[in-house]
Amino acid sequence: MIPAAFEYVAPASVEEALAALAEHGDDAKIIAGGQSLLPVLRMRLNAPEWVIDLGRIASLRGVRDGGDHLAIGAMTTHHDVGQDPMVHEHALLISKAITHLADAQVRHRGTFGGALAHADPAGDLGAPALALDATFVVQGPGGTREIPAADFFVDLFETAISDDEILTEVRVPKYDGWGAAYEKFVRIAHQWPIVAVAATVRLEGDTIAEARIGLTNMGSTPVRARATEQMLAGQPATEEGVAAAAALAADGTTPPSDLNGDADYRRHLATVLTRRAVLAAAGRG
Amino acid sequence: MTATQEPTARAEIGRDRRRKEDQRLITGRTRWTDNITLPGMLHLAMVRSPFPHARITGIETEAAKQSPNVVAVLTGADLGEAQGACINAWPVVPDQVTPAHVPMPSDRVAFAGETVAVVVARSAAEARDAAELVEVDYEELPAALELKESAEAHANGGALAHPDLGTNVSAVWRFDSAEAGTGGDVEAAIAEARENGIVIEREYRQQRLIPAFMEPRSTVVDPTGEQITVWSATQVPHILRFAMAATTGVPESKIRVIAPDVGGGFGGKLQQTPEEMITFAVARRLGKPVKYTETRSESLLAAHHGRDQWQRLTLAATKDGHVTGLKVDLLADLGAYVAIVGGGVPVLGAFMFNAIYKFPAYQFQTTNVLTNKTWTDAYRGAGRPEATFAIERLMDELAAELGKDPLEVREMNWIKHEEFPFTTVAGLEYDSGNYEAATARAKEMFGYDALRAEQAERRSRGDKVQLGIGVSTFTEMCGLAPSRVLGSLNYGAGGWEHAEVRMLATGKVEVVTGASAHGQGHETAFSQIVADRLGVPFEDIEVLHGDTQISHKGLDTYGSRSLVVGGEALVRAADKVIEKARPIAAHLLEASVDDLEFSAGRFAVKGTDQGMAITEIATAVFAAHNLPDGLEPSIDSEATFDPVNFNYPHGTHLCAVEVDTETGQVRLRSYACCDDIGNVINPLIVAGQVHGGLVQGIAQALWEEAVYDDNGTLVTGSFVDYLLPTAADTISFDLDHTTSPATTNSLGTKGVGEAGTIASTPAVVNAVVDALRPYGVHDVAMPCTPERVWRAINSGGSGGETTEAAAPHFDESEGAAQ
Ligand SMILES: Cc1cc2nc3c(=O)[nH]c(=O)nc-3n(C[C@H](O)[C@H](O)[C@H](O)COP(=O)(O)OP(=O)(O)OC[C@H]3O[C@@H](n4cnc5c(N)ncnc54)[C@H](O)[C@@H]3O)c2cc1C
Repeated sequence: MIPAAFEYVAPASVEEALAALAEHGDDAKIIAGGQSLLPVLRMRLNAPEWVIDLGRIASLRGVRDGGDHLAIGAMTTHHDVGQDPMVHEHALLISKAITHLADAQVRHRGTFGGALAHADPAGDLGAPALALDATFVVQGPGGTREIPAADFFVDLFETAISDDEILTEVRVPKYDGWGAAYEKFVRIAHQWPIVAVAATVRLEGDTIAEARIGLTNMGSTPVRARATEQMLAGQPATEEGVAAAAALAADGTTPPSDLNGDADYRRHLATVLTRRAVLAAAGRG
Repeated sequence: MTATQEPTARAEIGRDRRRKEDQRLITGRTRWTDNITLPGMLHLAMVRSPFPHARITGIETEAAKQSPNVVAVLTGADLGEAQGACINAWPVVPDQVTPAHVPMPSDRVAFAGETVAVVVARSAAEARDAAELVEVDYEELPAALELKESAEAHANGGALAHPDLGTNVSAVWRFDSAEAGTGGDVEAAIAEARENGIVIEREYRQQRLIPAFMEPRSTVVDPTGEQITVWSATQVPHILRFAMAATTGVPESKIRVIAPDVGGGFGGKLQQTPEEMITFAVARRLGKPVKYTETRSESLLAAHHGRDQWQRLTLAATKDGHVTGLKVDLLADLGAYVAIVGGGVPVLGAFMFNAIYKFPAYQFQTTNVLTNKTWTDAYRGAGRPEATFAIERLMDELAAELGKDPLEVREMNWIKHEEFPFTTVAGLEYDSGNYEAATARAKEMFGYDALRAEQAERRSRGDKVQLGIGVSTFTEMCGLAPSRVLGSLNYGAGGWEHAEVRMLATGKVEVVTGASAHGQGHETAFSQIVADRLGVPFEDIEVLHGDTQISHKGLDTYGSRSLVVGGEALVRAADKVIEKARPIAAHLLEASVDDLEFSAGRFAVKGTDQGMAITEIATAVFAAHNLPDGLEPSIDSEATFDPVNFNYPHGTHLCAVEVDTETGQVRLRSYACCDDIGNVINPLIVAGQVHGGLVQGIAQALWEEAVYDDNGTLVTGSFVDYLLPTAADTISFDLDHTTSPATTNSLGTKGVGEAGTIASTPAVVNAVVDALRPYGVHDVAMPCTPERVWRAINSGGSGGETTEAAAPHFDESEGAAQ
């Protein structure tokens, strides 16, 4: 488990990091928390000549109140995001998802931006970010651009970030008063999800006024369960009210088949977990 | 000098002493093999075959040799016979087919992961870098992968793991109670049951497992001294020395093997490994100290695996549930080579399928099959978990067929406590036990009746979460010894153990054992035994082991043998110390030997206040100024113990699971077990062994499986896909003991190292199946994954095999400079 030799640079600002990226191009990899990159290097699946560490760039770390949204710095660790009271108040779904993400060691090293840039369809943050319609802010040689969540995830391990860009922050609109739940299905505790469902709902009395649902590991990117969301609007927040809508959760998805389950089983799981997640988000779980 | 210490106030045996060794282990003050650094030491990296079966047509090493700080790149052809060979110590039948096992082959590889070249460099990183530059040309050969197909290959022209052997069948080993005179004719019993009774026929799969010890294997060899010193993360330093000497021609007296602190083994380190032999050969060739430490990936790929059997079973019973016969037909996957115990693992199970029961007729056959996969050998329990699983699953099936409580059916068939010693249909004599008492206690702890009531209630309510209750009553033969018995089975070595007690001049004691601990806590337990026997303080005893220069004689640690065989050797050595000290005490106390009594560390003259501590006698012997005429100036003693029988711990394990019928998820609800392991030396250590053992057995039931794809590639090649549980996945277990002391050693102890693993797997699977019986399910294949359970509920069957590839969580295709 020894990586091939590489040169290491730890710039102090985003601009310096971009310059290093421009200089070394294809020969460079960005390292954030290293929780996905280091295993790749250690197993020698990849051998970049340069590793550019974002760890010393203070401006990329922390959660800011941006008025109508929260701005989560790309280098904020999972642990810090998970503990943040503003995140808990305005984007409860993210707090809920993080309690299920990996183990304590990984949560203290891995970063919010790193996980999203890595774009593992089994990653626990993609579905919440998609469900909440987050905006991804990336910086490149030409300046800053904003990418809506719906356009951010392109394919397995592929995002809309260009090779010469860095993800700097993720803006999450505020969902004050929304209930949220993350139903993650695993065989052992420290596993990536076989399937997970991120659900957040706004209730009016006992009725579901709005629902947002993201599915993890139900395709090569996180996906929204749009049919379910639509059908839920106006339904009573009861087992019966939710069940029929949840049964549509897997519509149009193309989940993988692997050691932990075939696609048909995953589709079935998605419907069960969606029902549970929505009920839990509505406080009826 | 006078006696400086009080006699030990309290018996050490039975005390829950914290382990002496833990301070250095937990604080990282110890030195594992990989921490050893010698002057001028070089580092090795292995080049391994990606193919399960291929001819090596060329190896290009020039580029690697030119790589910075590379000292040598060696192939099998370069090392030749100096590599020695990996031995099989147990040819189970005289005509066993045993492929030659060269540590680094030069012509053909037989499994994916086999070493074809070794790079030697000044640092481990440089060795790894250069290993990537070695180009090997392979010509792929058809690979024998699937066990059932491979067993038939000689007949139907299928792929052969070793083409020149003409067959994949290594051995067929058979036991029949009618032939052996230990019981009746099983075919007659089955025929009778087909007419007038019940016949249960099942086929169970023991999936392939990986021992997954915490410390990966590592070896350092220093050839610069008069003796070649080998440090290795091994369970078997003595056996390793023997095998190295026997296969390389280096005199045994020129080899010193040290097993320093070793981080776990579970059987996975009882091998003489190719890597050890290659490291030894490279050190000798270069005349320099060298080190090889495997990566976790290499460990999962190339260290031996365990289990991997198909079990075809036929149980015959009367209509009221008395078992009349059991027939067992196994297929066992040996992998590419017959490992050191290898083909003996299923044979170790042969005597245990009849378990705690009085079966009148029994037949066992195993067909041991070679395939192009990683070799298999002992893994915690070795043969006995497989046997226990089969019979305990069958007893539950019989109970279901009869509509009776599974405990009731077991009780109808088990050996009653007043019937011990009992000779079984497999020909073993069980010394002691009380199944009724252990079962009663387990039921009480578990709250059996209340859980049955809850189960009935959930069933009638149609709850989506069903409750299942699983029973496993087990016994095992352990304390691998009786040399004569092993000899009668063609085992290549004996089973004795050796111990030595050295009485130091300052009153301290050194104890030397031939057992080789790798996490068991021998230093603590053995100190407790000697403290009581000699009446010296626990703290004054040092237990030395794992170095052939100190412990010159031993058969190491596996098969729950260290305490029951090695501990007894120690008792005998300590008793000899006392007997040697007695005439000296009499002489110094000016009393007659007959007037002395020894207790709590002191020889006292009966009826007087005259006396002398044994430690004072040690001092007197050191000075040797005043000893009886003609007596040698030493009370140090040694003993070698060879028991006349195995010993037979037993227990009743009860497991409750909740099955989410919507998702197939299985959750442990509660687990209670009452084990009878005879007298307990240290309850804390025993609890640790039982807890760890349970988790390993539960993991076979629910989580672990080594999976190969159709190309012979190990799919579960990292802990992302080979699912080892952590504390977060398990529950607290309720443990207790009943005590039927063993009659074959003076401490009355029975082995406990494997008990938890042996008993727990069927308890869990029985619980899962029990939960699902209302759905018509009568089996779920292991591991009982949520998907399998869900499929069993929805479409019958046992849930199918694990087929697909692993999901990547690391981007293998990405970017730069590949
Ligand atoms: C044992 C273990 C278990 C895990 N379990 C889970 C789990 O259950 N659920 C889960 O969701 N995740 C899990 N993870 C992954 C974890 O969430 C990682 O934190 C995450 O995948 C990567 O974040 P990182 O900060 O470590 O990024 P790194 O590993 O440093 O980088 C990952 C990738 O993103 C790129 N990158 C990083 N930051 C940026 C940026 N700002 N701009 C552009 N590109 C960037 C890197 O170049 C690299 O390609 C697990 C990881 C481990 C080691």
